[in-house]
Amino acid sequence: MLTYAIKRIGLGLLILTFVMVVMYTAVFLVPGDPASVALGPRATPELKKMLIERMGLDQPVWWQIVEFFRNALTGNLGYDVWSNRPVSTLVMEALPNTLVLGVTSLAAALLIGVPLGCLSVVRRGTAADAIIGVLSVGVIAVPSFVVAIYSLLLFAVTLRWLPAIGAGETGDLVSQAKALVMPALAIALGWIGYIARMVRASMMEVMGEPHIRTARSFGLPEWKIVSKYALRIAIIPTISLVAVGLGSILSSAVFVEAVFARPGIGRLVTDAVNTRNYPVVMGTVLIMTAIYVSITIAADLLIARLDPRVRDVFRD
Amino acid sequence: MTGSLAARDLSVRYETLHGSVQALRHVDIEAHPGEVIGIVGESGCGKSTLVTALANLLPANARVEGSIVYHGVDLVNLDAHRRRLLRGDEIALVSQDPMTAFNPVLTIGDQLVDFQHHRKDLDRSQKKARIAAMLTRVGISDAEQRMKSYPHELSGGMRQRMAIAAALLTDPGLLIADEPTTALDVTMEAQIIHLLRELRREYNGIIIVVSHHLGVIAELCDRVYVMYAGEVVEGGEVDAIFHDAHHPYTRALLACDPARFPDRLERLPTIPGTLPNLTEPPAGCIYASRCERTLEPCRNVVPPCVKLSACHIARCHGVCG
Ligand SMILES: Nc1ncnc2c1ncn2[C@@H]1O[C@H](COP(=O)(O)OP(=O)(O)O)[C@@H](O)[C@H]1O
Ligand SMILES: [Mg+2]
Repeated sequence: MLTYAIKRIGLGLLILTFVMVVMYTAVFLVPGDPASVALGPRATPELKKMLIERMGLDQPVWWQIVEFFRNALTGNLGYDVWSNRPVSTLVMEALPNTLVLGVTSLAAALLIGVPLGCLSVVRRGTAADAIIGVLSVGVIAVPSFVVAIYSLLLFAVTLRWLPAIGAGETGDLVSQAKALVMPALAIALGWIGYIARMVRASMMEVMGEPHIRTARSFGLPEWKIVSKYALRIAIIPTISLVAVGLGSILSSAVFVEAVFARPGIGRLVTDAVNTRNYPVVMGTVLIMTAIYVSITIAADLLIARLDPRVRDVFRD
Repeated sequence: MTGSLAARDLSVRYETLHGSVQALRHVDIEAHPGEVIGIVGESGCGKSTLVTALANLLPANARVEGSIVYHGVDLVNLDAHRRRLLRGDEIALVSQDPMTAFNPVLTIGDQLVDFQHHRKDLDRSQKKARIAAMLTRVGISDAEQRMKSYPHELSGGMRQRMAIAAALLTDPGLLIADEPTTALDVTMEAQIIHLLRELRREYNGIIIVVSHHLGVIAELCDRVYVMYAGEVVEGGEVDAIFHDAHHPYTRALLACDPARFPDRLERLPTIPGTLPNLTEPPAGCIYASRCERTLEPCRNVVPPCVKLSACHIARCHGVCG
């Protein structure tokens, strides 16, 4: 198990390096000189030169990458070109909002999607199953910006129940929670459908396995068979799906933060790209990739915990 | 609680895309407390269908006709809830394949605790104590340790012992073992047969053992039903069946029994021909197409059930009472 974990972490570091190399090469390949784009038409040659030096763009790409990782190892992600504040500070300020949004969306999707999938299986073939099926496909099909805009119109403009923008007053949990509802809904809704479908499909397969018949032959109630005997096995593909889907959850967070004018990583990175603030872009991408990689590793370890057969394969 | 079991005119069809499979047709069997009943026949003869019907566990595509009366209760017309209450309390089934019978991600102990859910009077630690005692009884040493194992960590023989222990833990009045040794090697098979023989001495309910292996039946059972293509073709006490078989199918089965050939043969003899198509079973005697002495009426008249002695019956035109 330990060697397995170490291997996975090693692979994670490799992915991280790869992503940063791609990012730096992309900057190099993008047409147009970033300094002129950032400074606008009235830039003086001196200003441009200064900016290029500050962003390290006068160095060869490979050297920029080596420097970036050397600094990152000491906790230094570089400095915002405009405000000169450390990128690590900017990221740490924005990160909590995004994490709260991501975790809330994911938790909501699981807490609603998994029971709906189970209910579908217990009531298979009935109207409840059919309704859950249709709704699931429906919500998967609706793009999250449509959910975001319609919920804004309904809950913020017409009903005035929820604030339209922002992340709530600092220190006021109720106001923060209210501000979280719509962005989380926009991200989670499609995932509820996905997860319900996924749980239903893998559980139907598990329900045909002989050990389920054994549980039945002992007269265990159906809900117990579904929620304990089948779910423990059927949830595994869903965990993998969700871990992989986390990338897309984080990218919807970028966009949802823009719609709801919510401070967070999404806003930080969009603004940084628009102003060609490369140090901020690079630092943010590094942190987000690291988070994504860690979650994938955590999911794999969780799967190994849930399934003793997988655990044994990786036993040292 | 123990009581008698009787199936009368029991038929089971499986509705499939290719038509309706008549897996069981007009079967009559009975069993009394303290008896061990054997059910024997080639693979595909409907043995599992019969015992699954007795255990109330038929899949959703099965249609049942006739009656199964256990302890005065008609199981066929019972509502789903009362059926579930009987399962794992009055009636326990040890299924065919010990490799897949247990849930792979839960410990054996956890599952055996759950399987005693009918015993509301016991708490978890009492249930665990019962498990430990039962595992020891079925010949598993270090029971405490084994309860913490996952199924894939145990050998096939060990798992089959676990499955038998699980069934016994529920104190069933009717214990059904469907091919309990088929998936095991010869040594394991001998051990499990030995275990079942030990158990029958102290058990006073009904035991039904299914096997396509005559040796298993001969060693364990009091009475035997021989099945062919969904029908009971002969039934009687073990001695009568093994030494005074009347139905040509039973005789053919006995002639092919590997135990009869002390020297190892290159190829075991088999009954020529194949099972009839159960979607459209032939008119007349179902065994006619493979029978070595087909008579005039065999092809189009259903043979009568001939009573040869108090409990020896055969369904054949060729035998006369
Ligand atoms: N769920 C099912 N659906 C359709 N046909 C089935 C099903 N289960 C068994 N059968 C058919 O019923 C017949 C009897 O099978 P089975 O009772 O398993 O025989 P045995 O246990 O003697 O080998 C076989 O022809 C088999 O293909
Ligand atoms: Mg069978």
